[in-house]
Parts: sequence; C-alpha cells; structure tokens
Amino acid sequence: MALFSVPDIKISGISACVPEDVYRNADYDWVEEKERNTLIKTIGVEQKRHARKGTTTADLCIDAAEKLLELLPWERNEIELIIFVSQSRDYIIPATAGLLQNRLGLSHSTIAFDIGLGCSGYVYGLSVIGSMMTTGRIKKALLFTGDISTLNTSYRDKSAFPLFGDAGTATALEYKVGASPMMFNLQTDGSGYDAIIIPDGGIRNFAEKDTSFEYQKINEGIYRNGFNIALDGIKVFNFSLREVKRNVHTLLEYAQSSLEEVDYIILHQANKLMNETIRKQLKQPEEKMPLSLKEYGNTSSASIPLTMVTQIREAMEKSKNQLLLSGFGVGLSWGSVLLETDHIICPEILVHPNS
Amino acid sequence: MNINDFITKVEAEFEDVTPGTLTPTTILKEAFTWDSVNALIFLAHVNVEYDVEISANELIEAETVQDLYNLVESKMIITA
Repeated sequence: MALFSVPDIKISGISACVPEDVYRNADYDWVEEKERNTLIKTIGVEQKRHARKGTTTADLCIDAAEKLLELLPWERNEIELIIFVSQSRDYIIPATAGLLQNRLGLSHSTIAFDIGLGCSGYVYGLSVIGSMMTTGRIKKALLFTGDISTLNTSYRDKSAFPLFGDAGTATALEYKVGASPMMFNLQTDGSGYDAIIIPDGGIRNFAEKDTSFEYQKINEGIYRNGFNIALDGIKVFNFSLREVKRNVHTLLEYAQSSLEEVDYIILHQANKLMNETIRKQLKQPEEKMPLSLKEYGNTSSASIPLTMVTQIREAMEKSKNQLLLSGFGVGLSWGSVLLETDHIICPEILVHPNS
Repeated sequence: MNINDFITKVEAEFEDVTPGTLTPTTILKEAFTWDSVNALIFLAHVNVEYDVEISANELIEAETVQDLYNLVESKMIITA
C-alpha cells in the first residue's frame, strides 16, 4: 500500500478560476420538473459554470496562476517545476504543461509535464510535486488542476449533464526545511477503468466518422456518443462508499493521527448524496466537511482546491489548519493526504471572462 | 433489524413515499419512482444504516419491499 510522507514542503497559495457562464440546473429541460427537482436535490448541484468552446482548462489555470504570482513575493524565474493535472488538455499532443510554461513566461530550465487524472488528481498532484521538490531541493513550483468536462457531456444524459462544472486551479508550493510533512495514502483499481470513461478518440477506439459521433440510447433519458463522458453511477457509488473511509482510516493510523485533530476534511466534490454518505460514515459534522457542489458542481481535479477557496478562504488566510484531503473516482484512482497550511495566500474565486 | 423498522426507515428516505403506506408485499415500481436516483439513495441509506453494499444487478432483481429487506438481511449475515 502506498503510504508515504513528504517532508519540507509548504503550500504558499491556492487560487481557483471558473468560466463566466452560469448554467442553472432548474433550466435543464431534458427531464421533467419532478425528476429534475429530485435530481438537483440528490446531487446537490443548483448551478455550475460552463466554458464556451475555445476556452481551455489551461486558460482558467493561467488566470489562477497570474493572480497568485501577483500576490506572492515570487520571481517568475525562480519557478523550476510545473505540473498540469487534467483530463482536458489543449491538444492531443503536446503536453499542456509546456504551453503553460511559455504563457506564464517561465524559464527554459522549468520542468513541466502533465498527469492524466481526474477526481483523485489534486491529491496525486500534491504527492508528485512535493516528492520532486523534496528530492531535487526545488524551491518553488506550481501545481495546476482542473477540467472542462461540460463540452464532453451529452445534454441528453441525465446521469452526467447536471453534475459537471468547469474550473481550473493553481497551487503554489515552496521548499522549506522543517515544514510539516504531507502524508499520503494513494491507491488504484484499474479493473474499474470503464466506470467513468470517454471511450472514443484515444488509440484503443480511434475516432471513426461513422461510429464515434453517433448517439446511442444507453438507458431511459441517457443518450451518448463515443466522445461523451459515460458514468456508471452505481459502480462509482459503491466503490467510493467502500474505499474512501478505509483509505482515510489507514492514513490516520499511519500518521498516528485522528479526525479529531483535523480542522477540515475536504472531499472531492462528487455529488451531494455521495459526499454526505461518506461524511456520515466518518461521523463528522457538516461544518467540518464543506461542500461547493451547490454553486459549482463536480469540477473533477479542481474540486478540492475550489472548495478551499470558496468555502474556507478566511480560515486558509488567517490561521493554521490541519487538513485531510481525499479524492476518489475515475481510474478507478483514489487517495488522501494529511497536511498543514499556515496563513496561505487564498484570493477569492476568479471568473474568466468570455472573450 | 426487523421488517417494520426497515420499512419505517426506507419511507423516511424517499420524498414521494407517504409514511405508513409501504408493506412487505408492496411492489416497488408501483409504489414510487424506483429509478436510478432512488436506487442510489437506497444504497446510501443501507450503507450507513446497515453497513452493507448492494450491486446494481441485485437491486434490479428486487421487486417487492420484502425482496429489498431480504437482500439487506442476507448481506448482514455474511458480514456478521
């Protein structure tokens, strides 16, 4: 089991950015009113942000990073490592991290690469960037996470369309001897690869004119083509209810800690029913496990930092916090981290204007 | 766990079920909207309440309230 500790890394700032357009699920007329109301109540998403075609996850991440660089006493040429965690890259090739290096005006000695994870991506991203910084004595680095999921979601799919929102985030990290260690428990079960999948357009199912674009009836109220996100709700649900609490308890045991010592538990914002059920499993009060689903929906790897920015921003800026972050889903991939933040830069959520 | 207690708790979970209307022989599809969203609500409920996990296929086979009860009970015996 992948339990490990990353010393000497501190989080200096977290920023999140969403597209300008607000989509209200009350307007989702693919299902009738009664069903729509049950749906909204169950998933807990009243509205979310939708990117227009042409806006990419990287665009949102750039806004988030520029804000942090404006507020942090950092020089751009001090940044030696950037990692972009996303499943919605600008191009099939090359990696988006290179585009970010260039657009941010970072030096040619920057290490830059992508990681293709979703729901678990923020926790995985922290582990990779933290480990590289510790072993390489890298002083300053930026972690980008987020997705534009709405462009790949079928309007005529009631199991997916109301759920997803778009967002991009940036997290600034610094090497600082003596910083409280981040402790991780990361896991994978690739047998569930098809529980959340976009089947076509990769090499396994290469895009085909005649088949990939064709909408098929999957179930009542669910029509998709090969480029749309397909979600096996019950499979993901059972997986999450089974694995998240186990993963968290194993991590707490390894860290010789307990949930009483944690100020906030920030879960990936999957959907309200899922997050609330996990909260009940962990026997924690609502105020300790904030949700951003109501206004932003499920924003994939952006959901954890977005929740920090939108729900506990003051605490992040004004105090020291013991946090437990847990991401779980597509892969199937899941992981948790215990970490401490201490008076970080945490600007209010940014809105990327439509051009 | 007994079936009356089970029914009371299930009735409280679903908005379109009037408390006191379900019986062991009630056919799920006739009593309320037995769709995928309500299936998830049921899964979440039994996970927290009885610490059991039920698959989609097992749920599809359940026709009556008694079937659901039996399903949950069988899982509890295995895990006990």
